[in-house]
Amino acid sequence: MAEMTYLEAIRQGLAEEMARDERVYAIGEDIGAYGGAFKVTEGLLERFGAERVIGTPISETAIIGAAIGSAYLGMRPVAELQFIDFVACCFNILTNFAAKSRYRWGAGVPMVVRGPCGGGVSGGPFHSANPEAHFLHTPGLKIVEPSTAYDAKGLIKAAIRDDDPVLFLEHKFLYRRVKDEVPDADYVVPIGQAVVRRPGDDVTVVTFGAMTYTALEAAEQLAQRDVEVEVIDLRTLSPLDHETVLQSVAKTNKVVVLHEAQRTGGIGAEIAAAITERGFEHLDAPPVRLASLDTPVPYNPGLEAAFRPGVEQIVAAVGQLVEY
Amino acid sequence: MPTSTATRPSDDLTRDDRLELYYFARLTRDIEERLAVLYRQNKVVGGLYRSLGQEGESVASAYALAEDDAVAALIRNLGSLIVQGIRPRAVFTQYMAKGTSPTRGRDLNLHFSHIPDAGGPIVVGPISMLGDLVPVMAGVGLGARMRGRALVAMTYIGDGGTSTGAFHEGMNFAAVQKLPLVVIAEDNKYAYSTPVSQQMALARIDQRAEAYGIPHEMVDGNDMLAVYDASRRAVERARHGDGPSLVGVDTMRMRGHAEHDDMRYMSKPLLDAWKARDPIARYHAHLVETEIATETDLAEIDAMSRAYAEAEADLAEAEPPPEPDTVAAGVFAGDHFQPTVEIVYSPFREKRGTPRHAPASEAGS
Ligand SMILES: Cc1ncc(C[n+]2csc(CCOP(=O)(O)OP(=O)(O)O)c2C)c(N)n1
Ligand SMILES: [Mg+2]
Repeated sequence: MAEMTYLEAIRQGLAEEMARDERVYAIGEDIGAYGGAFKVTEGLLERFGAERVIGTPISETAIIGAAIGSAYLGMRPVAELQFIDFVACCFNILTNFAAKSRYRWGAGVPMVVRGPCGGGVSGGPFHSANPEAHFLHTPGLKIVEPSTAYDAKGLIKAAIRDDDPVLFLEHKFLYRRVKDEVPDADYVVPIGQAVVRRPGDDVTVVTFGAMTYTALEAAEQLAQRDVEVEVIDLRTLSPLDHETVLQSVAKTNKVVVLHEAQRTGGIGAEIAAAITERGFEHLDAPPVRLASLDTPVPYNPGLEAAFRPGVEQIVAAVGQLVEY
Repeated sequence: MPTSTATRPSDDLTRDDRLELYYFARLTRDIEERLAVLYRQNKVVGGLYRSLGQEGESVASAYALAEDDAVAALIRNLGSLIVQGIRPRAVFTQYMAKGTSPTRGRDLNLHFSHIPDAGGPIVVGPISMLGDLVPVMAGVGLGARMRGRALVAMTYIGDGGTSTGAFHEGMNFAAVQKLPLVVIAEDNKYAYSTPVSQQMALARIDQRAEAYGIPHEMVDGNDMLAVYDASRRAVERARHGDGPSLVGVDTMRMRGHAEHDDMRYMSKPLLDAWKARDPIARYHAHLVETEIATETDLAEIDAMSRAYAEAEADLAEAEPPPEPDTVAAGVFAGDHFQPTVEIVYSPFREKRGTPRHAPASEAGS
């Protein structure tokens, strides 16, 4: 066991996989000597050489294209997007080439596309995205977003070992703020499994990523009022672990779906719909969605705080559900 | 620039090689003629995109590859797949959306792949979004290098496709990484209805490569041996670690964009001028003039090709459609199908018994 940050856990998971399997390699902008914009790949060039830590021109489509082509030849690329917002630049090749390849041709693309997502750091409209909804609607792509160092390492390893393309969302707010115990022994966190972060009988809060901590803080406050909130951290966003969510709702009968991306057409809509369709008889109140406003992510900290859901809104929403 | 005839790579082609080239071009046209009939009979499920007038360049460029190299064809590069041994039946089943097609009826025309773990030709199919095959084939070259395989990746791009961002990104990446990539850029005068003059402000399509520091040359795309020569030089450069090349081919799309296109925007005088430059007729005349073959020899090849195309089409027609209940399977690993595309040898390859231009490349490496 060693305590490490979320960022160090990703780096360690990646390095271990590169050491374990010579087909695994890293590709992206400034990931070599500089170690990447956030230093996730720091030290990898020295350890694995320029053949396996490939710095690229500013060409997101070429990065993903190279990853796809090399994956066809048996490699296991881990492509870094400097900020996940730039996934928009390679949306086509990712959704049309990589994601459809298996279904069309039976040819898998065992590729990980990873990058920093999320707000709360005044990144502004182009460095704060939570793009999961765009890709939830893309059959053939898996999406994961860890909230702890333990999960970050276990999920990056699972993603690298997966035979299909995985979008690995790293919440940049958590990179250096979250630190927890990570085992020394090899382990993976299986893709497709949510986890209960805090048990409770009164209301379920379904969330993931940095919002997990916001939900836990709200749950702490609510506990002082004898309201026990069950917090579920999805960890994998596609395919969704509906079972864990439905089991919780069957117990609490009330649910808040919380996420940092904008509300309309967000992943919360899908989760709420699934709960309503499959768990209607368990519900004592309509599912509540808490999400960001339907605007681009604003730069000013005050504006961003007003844009995102926070502890207060969670406490209020849970309070209303309890009264319902 | 093309060198003197004394050093032309095609000088090394045997009589049978030269006849094989003719056969592949003929077969490509015959398959498409048969597809046109099936299309008019409503047996082709989607559209039909012909390479009429361009068969020569697709065939002659791919002929420069070794048999187990990688090729990625666009819709008008059927010839390159035929050269690399894709069985015509597979192409017919694709157009007719059969359950036994390489994509099990899930995708159309030349949108299929064949990626064996080792040995045999690699075929990477396109997606409709033009340009993406350039970075993907750069990636195939990268993967090959990392896997210690000396293969060359070849792909095609139209004059329209060279205007995409993906083309630029892929070319530039291949250049800085010195990847074994050969790009055949086809100036066939139109991109759907858009003339080349509205696609680029360059005199020649191969000048696109200048921006990336990639060696390039322009050839008469309807002269099969000229295309072969330029492609072979590019393939050899790639194989010897000298990085990517671009071969620009000057040719003409002799039909509309697809069979449904009324061609109203196409210049009649231009079409007439190019009709006289038909690549197969020209190569036929060349073979006769140089006394490599007689009219009778070539008529025999014509008959063999036509009969083969017919027979393959008939086999494909008899294939069943996919079972509707297979629709949900195979999005992810586990319940997916393994693609199987039969690789076939031409009668000339059977006779030769050895891989295409093997002695030359062995001597050269
Ligand atoms: C990125 C993209 N935009 C639009 C299209 C629609 N489209 C299909 S073929 C075509 C023309 C292609 O012209 P060119 O690249 O010159 O190839 P050619 O058809 O002449 O062989 C267009 C516009 C497409 N396939 N991809
Ligand atoms: Mg064109």
